Amino acid sequence: MGDGAGVVIVGGGQAGYQTAESLRQLGFPGAITVIAAEDFPPYQRPPLSKAYLLGEVDRHRLKFRTEEYYAEHGIDLRLGAEATAIDRAGKRLLLADGTSLAYSHLVLATGARVRLLPIPGAELAGVHYLRSLADVEAIERRLGEVAAVAVIGAGFIGLEFAAVARKLGKPVTVLEAAPRVMARVVAPELSAFFDETHRAHGVDIHCDTAVVEIAGRDGQAAEVVCADGHRVAAGLVVVGIGVIPETGLADACGLTCDDGIVVDGHGSTDDPAIFAAGDCTSYHHPFAGRRIRLESVQNAADQGRTVAAAIAGQARVYDTVPWFWSDQYDVKLQMVGLSAGCEKVVVRGDRAGGKFSLFHYREGVLRAVDSVNRPADHILARKLLAAGISPTPEQAADADFKLKDLLGAASA
Amino acid sequence: MPKVTYIEFDGTERPVELPAGWSLMQGATLNGVDGIEGECGGSCGCATCHVYVDEAFLDKLDPPSETEEEMLDCTSSPREANSRLSCQIKADPRIDGIIVRLPETQS
Ligand SMILES: Cc1cc2nc3c(=O)[nH]c(=O)nc-3n(C[C@H](O)[C@H](O)[C@H](O)COP(=O)(O)OP(=O)(O)OC[C@H]3O[C@@H](n4cnc5c(N)ncnc54)[C@H](O)[C@@H]3O)c2cc1C
Ligand code: FES
Repeated sequence: MGDGAGVVIVGGGQAGYQTAESLRQLGFPGAITVIAAEDFPPYQRPPLSKAYLLGEVDRHRLKFRTEEYYAEHGIDLRLGAEATAIDRAGKRLLLADGTSLAYSHLVLATGARVRLLPIPGAELAGVHYLRSLADVEAIERRLGEVAAVAVIGAGFIGLEFAAVARKLGKPVTVLEAAPRVMARVVAPELSAFFDETHRAHGVDIHCDTAVVEIAGRDGQAAEVVCADGHRVAAGLVVVGIGVIPETGLADACGLTCDDGIVVDGHGSTDDPAIFAAGDCTSYHHPFAGRRIRLESVQNAADQGRTVAAAIAGQARVYDTVPWFWSDQYDVKLQMVGLSAGCEKVVVRGDRAGGKFSLFHYREGVLRAVDSVNRPADHILARKLLAAGISPTPEQAADADFKLKDLLGAASA
Repeated sequence: MPKVTYIEFDGTERPVELPAGWSLMQGATLNGVDGIEGECGGSCGCATCHVYVDEAFLDKLDPPSETEEEMLDCTSSPREANSRLSCQIKADPRIDGIIVRLPETQS
């Protein structure tokens, strides 16, 4: 491969790392270079809003692999390097240091960036976002110094952080513009359960509440001001109001982008030499039956594997049923499928005791299962949905009915 | 540092020294031992870190939690009496020298 042209991957997150690893696992012999803007080797983000702040994992354990792994597998991992433009005609990637790299295949795994809070005071010290290791280290330093915490946005990351801050003994107020927590991503029944759980742990939750300003004192965040005049004192404000797919490089070189870089079932963009994977992509998902963009480890890892397979000449279509998890206090939530648009929900297990699953049906067919502290239901539901097997609502509601039996001898 | 020997499905032995407190799943994935996935990051939610623990060490481990029990019923390779989830086993001096065998598949 003259001129060092091989696979060049932009982004050293979940998807970028997985693409590189899978290429080697599949026996891809060519050069692999990963251009990774962060200074730290590829690492897992989920613990950042969970175990990390509780001191249960240190930074070294966040890494997918040790640094030696990359060298040993011929993966040129360039930390702290940033890609600035793509020259499609010349098949070169331009870097911020003025150099450029030739590619045979380019993989965009640029992830997403946090949505910034568009209100006065958002730039004050003490207002933080939570996406990277650097973000969470800054939050950790601040957390030790403040009396109270406010969380803006009751999505997964905001609520996970709220749970951690409560465990560390801080008073926590959560402010959410929507009428219920996690409204964008979960069914109302689940929002209600998490609302109760957080209140039981002493979190002060305000839904239907717009935030209009962060008032400061000496350049430091001091109070969050709500539209109804309510003021919440907080020296640390953690903002979790969603992310925006990082499509800048793709957009600038004319690749189709629409709420993400548009790719097909092999992760290919409309340029056959350029692929994309992870939070930055949007694609027609066979299970969803429409174009979607997911923000999850499952999606980033599986798309990374899919892209690697395509480049290694072993193409297969990405059609995994989406799954996701979240840990808050002792509650382990695991979701599989897509519950949006379902009209019937059946409870399996003990809702009052906090060990249950919600089975979501659309037109009589199982479409999604949300499990709360019932991990075995989740694993079985993944298998059922993948196989297109739908237990009847009566079977789902009967906790004594063995879902495993529906899978047949081969896969059970 | 406690020593752990992973025996991959093809018989390859992979000795690794783990800092105390690390889980056997973390030790395997960070060091590139083939055959442990750990896709849930060690929160006992995926059963892709299944191992067969050498009988001599089985009694030295704390018994599985209720959640681990349930998850052990969902492993891809058959559950045996010595099946455990490696994310739930923490390296400590009591289990120095532990040997675990990896199953054929995790997912
Ligand atoms: C706090 C937190 C908790 C989460 N918890 C869960 C969870 O419990 N379960 C779950 O399924 N998902 C969770 N997620 C989501 C999951 O982590 C993401 O979906 C996943 O990381 C996406 O991977 P990615 O590789 O697409 O993007 P990212 O992980 O964002 O990686 C993209 C990388 O590309 C780099 N980059 C971007 N542009 C350039 C450039 N031009 N040059 C060089 N480098 C560049 C970025 O710096 C970044 O490091 C969580 C996310 C966060 C932030
Ligand atoms: S890593 Fe998921 S159960 Fe052990």
